Amino acid sequence: MSLLTIENLTKSYGSVTALDRLSVTLDPGVIGLVGANGAGKSTLIKTLLGLLPATSGSAQVLGLDIATQGPAIRGIVGYMPEHDCLPPDVSATEFVVHMGKMSGLPMTAARERAADVLRHVGLYEERYRPIGGYSTGMRQRVKLAQALAHDPKLVLLDEPTNGLDPAGRNEMLGLIRRIGTEFGISVLVSSHLLGELEQICDHIIVVESGRLTRSTRTSDATAASSWLEIEVTDRAGEIAQVLSDTGHSVRAGQSSGHSSQLSPTRHLLVEVKDDTTYDLVRDTACSLEIGLVRMHRLRQHLTDLFQSPAAEAPTASVAGPPSPEKPHADPS
Amino acid sequence: MPTPADAATPQPGSPQPGSPQQNAPEQGVIHDIGYRRYTGARLGRGPVRTALFLDTLRGCFGLGRAGKAKVMPAVLTAMVVLPALSVVFYANVTGGTDLPFSYREYVGSITTLVFIYVAGQAPQAVSRDLRFRTISLYFSRPIPRSDYVLAKFAAMSSAVMIFCVLPLLVLYIGALLAKMPVGEQTADFLKGLALALLFSLVVAGLGLVIASVTPKRGFGVAAIVTVLLLADSLAGVVITVAEHQNNPTLSWYGGLLSPLYLVDSALAWVLSLDGGRLNDQLPPDALGGLVFVAVLLAVIVGNYLLLNLRYRKVSVS
Repeated sequence: MSLLTIENLTKSYGSVTALDRLSVTLDPGVIGLVGANGAGKSTLIKTLLGLLPATSGSAQVLGLDIATQGPAIRGIVGYMPEHDCLPPDVSATEFVVHMGKMSGLPMTAARERAADVLRHVGLYEERYRPIGGYSTGMRQRVKLAQALAHDPKLVLLDEPTNGLDPAGRNEMLGLIRRIGTEFGISVLVSSHLLGELEQICDHIIVVESGRLTRSTRTSDATAASSWLEIEVTDRAGEIAQVLSDTGHSVRAGQSSGHSSQLSPTRHLLVEVKDDTTYDLVRDTACSLEIGLVRMHRLRQHLTDLFQSPAAEAPTASVAGPPSPEKPHADPS
Repeated sequence: MPTPADAATPQPGSPQPGSPQQNAPEQGVIHDIGYRRYTGARLGRGPVRTALFLDTLRGCFGLGRAGKAKVMPAVLTAMVVLPALSVVFYANVTGGTDLPFSYREYVGSITTLVFIYVAGQAPQAVSRDLRFRTISLYFSRPIPRSDYVLAKFAAMSSAVMIFCVLPLLVLYIGALLAKMPVGEQTADFLKGLALALLFSLVVAGLGLVIASVTPKRGFGVAAIVTVLLLADSLAGVVITVAEHQNNPTLSWYGGLLSPLYLVDSALAWVLSLDGGRLNDQLPPDALGGLVFVAVLLAVIVGNYLLLNLRYRKVSVS
């Protein structure tokens, strides 16, 4: 059974169209929902919860129809809103116990689950203190904990990294990844930053102005094109010559976004055919008596992949740094 | 309760969920028991509604809340119970044969305290969820909005009922201990009880409606106290002026403005009570009584419907 089946989903607020004939089918896993502010991410999540009626089109969440089975969906789905939603005068434990009960857990089970999920999200002694004194990072954890309290099959996380510092962001991303892998709970996580989602998601969908512009498996996208970055002490061109003679694609210089101190005489990129490529590079360098400083396999970034469509309707968030799409071949 | 057997999260490399028991003899080792699935019962609408009702009711007396939230309910409860306690203590010591006032009159004497109690607790029952936007967490769960409203309405009404009935119970038990005539006391107590319950429904409903449109707690408290006290004093003014002008009809209808007179007059007319009427008014005719009953019902039902209407419009954002 697919996790989400969305067909021509449209949601209009008067004259504003938040979702425009959006169709996608997604399998269980960690799914990233990327889009700029106002692209329709939150609207999509709320529509999937059955909280907002769709203007037209249909969608199933875990096989349940959003139009007719809203309560059933909300029973097995957890929701973490984008905004703050925590009362300051109760402790995290009391709050998560209460929200667990509101999801239909009996008292003892709610207590047990609250203790479990708070530990999993990384709240320990502080969970007995009133939420009012928590940092943003701790609040985000409590919000996540209440979404997990009833052991959902899917959690919808709306901008969970919002307002977090880089360290907190990474911890939150790691936690989300664990929810998908260790906990076995599917995740739909939204963000306006593609870069942070590509690290943790199995599948990325990109929404722009309410329309689906991309839907890609992360593994396909990032493994498809792998280049080996080689740094040598000198005479990179000679190695490039040997490698291209043996049928390898070679690019000079470096990909993008990195230090500008890379020189064509010291750096080159080689397409990895298989593991023998590494040996060939090593042997070539050895036979030419050139010092091999390092070999580094590059990962294709999704940002590069999404560059071209994003360029048509540039948005600050989706557009990334310049890509290595157009290598200047350097036979040297 | 999930047993270790069904708490399986197959995660290669992580310890099996069942391991704590096996490794129990080892000392000082923290075991990562992994994520445990919940396979137990999931309750339906009814029990969830009850849970929300109970949590709200407890909250209305500061239970399960921070220490300072317990102060006001406790002080106010003491203020309505202590006079009753001292009266029955005196009656027991001196062997009186009658209470110095009727149960209905006692309810009448604590109305201001009831207003203050409602003003303090109605905002915590509903405004809090709106202000801190916790409401979207309720609405993203299975229970429908109408269940939320029903649970909150029932909890607030019950809290005010407990608040009003508690001193009456003290009076009643004390009166029986003082060996006052049982039949007479019971009849009088039941009249007071009916008044207290209906009065609680009216005041709790008004408080909730006002609180539901004032997300800021301070505004809610001020608005509720103002509206309730203003209604009361306005009724007093109308009645006084009408009596001065020798206009018994206007004087009777002036009672509509006051929550207490509204309930008491309607009750007095339905039960054909002659004496002990709080505002000492008699209905000019049958219509006068009917109007009060109709308005009383309209206020109670109207508050509930207004609250539902209000929550239908609350957006989950």
